[in-house]
Amino acid sequence: MKNLFHYLKSYTLEAILGPLFKLLEAMFELFVPLVVADIIDRGIAAGDKSYIIGRSLILVALGVIGLVCSLTAQYFAARAAVGTSCSIRRSLYEHIQKLSFSDIDRAGIPTLITRLTGDVNQVQNGINLALRLLLRSPFVVFGAMIMAFTLDAKAALIFLAVIAVLSVIVFGIILGSVPAYKKVQSELDALTGTTRESLSGARVIRAFGMEDSESETFAKHNTSLKQRQQFAGKISALMNPMTFVILNLGIIALLQSGGNRVMTGALLTGEVVALYNYMTQILVELVKFANLIITITKAITCMQRIDAVIHTEPEMTFPETIPAETASAPAIEFRSVSVQYTEGSDPALSDVSFRIERGQTVGIIGGTGCGKSTLVSLIPRFYDVSAGEILVNGVNVREYPADKLRDKVGYVLQKALLFKGTIRSNLLYGTASATDADMTEAIAFAQGSDVLAAKENGLDSVVEQGGRNFSGGQRQRLTIARALVRKPEILILDDSASALDFATDAALRRTIRSLPERPTTLIVSQRTASIMDADQIIVLDDGKVVGIGTHSRLLETCDVYREIYESQYNTGNKSRQEA
Amino acid sequence: MADKKKTKIEKKTWLRLGAYLKKYTALILLTIVLAAAVVFFTLYIPILCGRAIDCMIGAGDVDFDGIANNLLQIAFCALACGVLQWIMNTVNNKITYSVVCDVRRDAFDTITELPLSYIDSHPHGGTVSRVISDVDQFADGLLLGFTQLFSGVMTILITLVFMVMIHPLIALIVVLLTPLSLFVASFIAKKTFTMFKLRSETNGELTAFINETVGGQQVIRAFSQEDETLAHFDEINDRLKKYSLRAIFFSSITNPATRFVNNIVYAAVGLTGALAAVAGSMTVGGLTSFLAYANQYTKPFNEISGVVTELQNALACAGRIFELIDEPRYTPDKENAPALTDVEGNIDLDNVEFSYTPDRELIKGLNLHAKKGQRIAIVGPTGCGKTTIINLLMRFYDVNGGTIRIDGQEIRDVTRKSLCGSYGMVLQDTWLLHGTIRDNIKMGREATDDEVIAAAKAAHAHSFIRRLPKGYDTVISDDGGALSAGQRQLLCIARVMLEIPPMLILDEATSSIDTRTELKIQQAFQTLMKGRTSFIVAHRLSTIKEADTILVMKAGKIIESGTHDELLKNGGFYANLWGSQFESADM
Repeated sequence: MKNLFHYLKSYTLEAILGPLFKLLEAMFELFVPLVVADIIDRGIAAGDKSYIIGRSLILVALGVIGLVCSLTAQYFAARAAVGTSCSIRRSLYEHIQKLSFSDIDRAGIPTLITRLTGDVNQVQNGINLALRLLLRSPFVVFGAMIMAFTLDAKAALIFLAVIAVLSVIVFGIILGSVPAYKKVQSELDALTGTTRESLSGARVIRAFGMEDSESETFAKHNTSLKQRQQFAGKISALMNPMTFVILNLGIIALLQSGGNRVMTGALLTGEVVALYNYMTQILVELVKFANLIITITKAITCMQRIDAVIHTEPEMTFPETIPAETASAPAIEFRSVSVQYTEGSDPALSDVSFRIERGQTVGIIGGTGCGKSTLVSLIPRFYDVSAGEILVNGVNVREYPADKLRDKVGYVLQKALLFKGTIRSNLLYGTASATDADMTEAIAFAQGSDVLAAKENGLDSVVEQGGRNFSGGQRQRLTIARALVRKPEILILDDSASALDFATDAALRRTIRSLPERPTTLIVSQRTASIMDADQIIVLDDGKVVGIGTHSRLLETCDVYREIYESQYNTGNKSRQEA
Repeated sequence: MADKKKTKIEKKTWLRLGAYLKKYTALILLTIVLAAAVVFFTLYIPILCGRAIDCMIGAGDVDFDGIANNLLQIAFCALACGVLQWIMNTVNNKITYSVVCDVRRDAFDTITELPLSYIDSHPHGGTVSRVISDVDQFADGLLLGFTQLFSGVMTILITLVFMVMIHPLIALIVVLLTPLSLFVASFIAKKTFTMFKLRSETNGELTAFINETVGGQQVIRAFSQEDETLAHFDEINDRLKKYSLRAIFFSSITNPATRFVNNIVYAAVGLTGALAAVAGSMTVGGLTSFLAYANQYTKPFNEISGVVTELQNALACAGRIFELIDEPRYTPDKENAPALTDVEGNIDLDNVEFSYTPDRELIKGLNLHAKKGQRIAIVGPTGCGKTTIINLLMRFYDVNGGTIRIDGQEIRDVTRKSLCGSYGMVLQDTWLLHGTIRDNIKMGREATDDEVIAAAKAAHAHSFIRRLPKGYDTVISDDGGALSAGQRQLLCIARVMLEIPPMLILDEATSSIDTRTELKIQQAFQTLMKGRTSFIVAHRLSTIKEADTILVMKAGKIIESGTHDELLKNGGFYANLWGSQFESADM
């Protein structure tokens, strides 16, 4: 919450003026019953028509002033709310870009997106309503009571009693029904889940003859939802009748005592009318106020969730100064590297050591979940090691500024992600200075010339959100080209040729070997065919290195490698030979 | 023309709705009577208050009997009104939630019997929102809208009658001035529409951008694009700020503006009422009642204008739900259709014709005969109809022509349940149930823990399940999010291992599993397939080499068939496909 005020600070003026004008409006509204009392007690009693006309004009004037005040208040409240929420959204976004991937993984991407969108909007709504109503409603309620006090101290006591009882009822019912509605919501979520499941799993459900049990689950949640809704409804259904009765009991008491006071001459008839009018104003404002509390509670919860993200200190810090590299050092060196994502879980990598000389091509292979992707993501320092160290050009990766380290690397991720824009804007990503010739060349290297040729507008062809107007293979080649445009020192291909056919994959590898810059290349793959011609192959199994060497050497010395190889390729030949 | 069609649909929706409400006719009549009584009592109270005030003329001139009499009546009206209103609210709740429950039940009934063609071609999110949010909106809008509409109209009419009774001329002034607030409200709504549109467009743009860039953080950081991305974010965020401010501010004018109109009406009533009181045609109490009415009179108008849009929206929602409920279901089992029992596994496809859309033919003249215990592998390029054959075998889709028979029995003549139950199925799409690992292996069947563990062991899933926080009791949420694709596939295989039906369908059953684990599972598959007619669809050719017959499909037709060796010898499409696998290795 402290954070909220920090952001609201830039809109201090608006945040003060908004409620202030709202109070002014309420104040003018409170004058109305007094003016009406005057009309009755002086105008009508004396038969003074010009007085009546004058007072009526005052009523109109109060309406006009009220309108002006109210519009001013709405404007300032909207400005403060929108401005504050936009700055919150911005700092949240900026902060997310600084979080380590471990933090992002822990929070979950969908959660972060909800914080940036839905939660921020709730906060905006909360601020807006709070600035407009948080002061106004109590002001009108107590204002009415104070006005009543100025008219008749005894009547004010009736007001006090009515306000107290109404508050208990209104807040009791609204706040009391919150848990009941929460239960309704959770049952509704269950119902949604079952419905979605019955659609996404239609084939499996039918194949296993589970339709009846799914229908039963649905019926169970459906009936229970109905019961919970009726229960919650029963609580809310009490509100209007109860407040109505209480209010009218208050009016009865008011009129009863009013009669006595008029009899003794302590009150005029018009003043009784004014008291009656004040009484009717109270209820509306109390209901508004109770609903406001709910909106504000929601907004506060959202703000706390946003705060939790903003208060997550980025785990990684990067130095500012550029370290001195050693010319003779290997391009990449892992020294006893271990990685453990969460405490207590099995390590993703344990005790991994190897050296890669400059210009070498290295294959990394192993089963699903063996730690291949984790290993390469350590090089641009997406994650920090739990033990050991990683050196690039003889310098620990922790000593590089983020952009200096990452600019060395052309990283092609497993998931071929393109951004909305054009082919050009995607290729210029990270290499703003690239010329058209650079780009077409990179695309050619990535075996994507046909992709470009197939598009009417060439480099300016539109790329839709997530690149969905390209096929998987086309996307992969474009992401490879995006990495190649940078002419990186280190090229990482993380299973990024999986959607390419064997021939294209082979051609791609041939081209990469002949690149003029001779980048150090790491190829992660499940296919032996993609890595068997590498200078060295690192075989991973359950996060451990079980073999390093060339293809032919590993076939002799590494059981895991041989098994992988045979499972994909050689069994065919072998059985043919055996036959 | 289009209008006519629309009204026809609306009429149909009303009729359908009527059918659902019929069950609750008595309750609906009750609620109407209650609403009328509640409105009457509510509005009668200001008159009684006015009369009580008229009993207080001035000092020494107060009619205490009159006051007591009126106050007693107020107390009675307030209590009666309170009690009746509470009953009315409860009755309304009962009607609303019962209808909602009934409609949802019918909608879900339809879903369980929808043909797969519908489920495959309609986004699931859309169908879900029909069952959940559309039903909610329809219930809120239609049933609550009705009560509001009814109470609103009653309030207006009764107020009018009371006002005319007190003073016809001033009543006329109120009637003439009130529509002004309606006019103002609709004017503002029209003016702000474009601003809201701009805002929601920009909001959509920002959400899409956030989705893209938060999801793609790895790429952004790999290319050091954080600052550029933030600049782009700022640009959209600032635009959203501008549009939001306008939209929020201009829409928030409505309330003050209608309140202003209301204040003008109030002032006018005050003026004319007071002048009438001076002239003696109205009492002070009458004026008080009148002012109370003037304060409330515009409210039902504003509410009703809201209710109309709400009703239209609700009707549209109801239309969508009924459309789903009326969706043709799959062809039901024939009357007295026998269950498929003691299946041998002789499968015959004769002259089968099928297409998903009438204008694009897919399978034509397909003949396929599988004998008991045979392994049939189906290979071919993407989109050639491999998975379609599976859809036809399990009757997820019905053939357009020709027949499919199991042990000589047409599959359309037996019950669907027994047909599906005769196949063990592992699909490429590794769908998991929301429940525990154990539930996912059992899939509603009776099995002991030992049997479940044995099945998991056979599928090589036991070791990873054991390492999960709660082992077999680990709850899988959100379609198995925490499990890798390979692990999910192993679970799907374990399902089949638990109880092996006489025929098997393995559609890319090992596509997400690394080749080494696959090799191990293959051995389990061998035992699985022994003596059972099996259909295997695979992408990796090495997995299907051992099949008795390999069918090579291209564009919906079988272009080659035979054993692996025969096909290689023939040097056709298959031989090419096989060769291309090793091309790269040979360089």
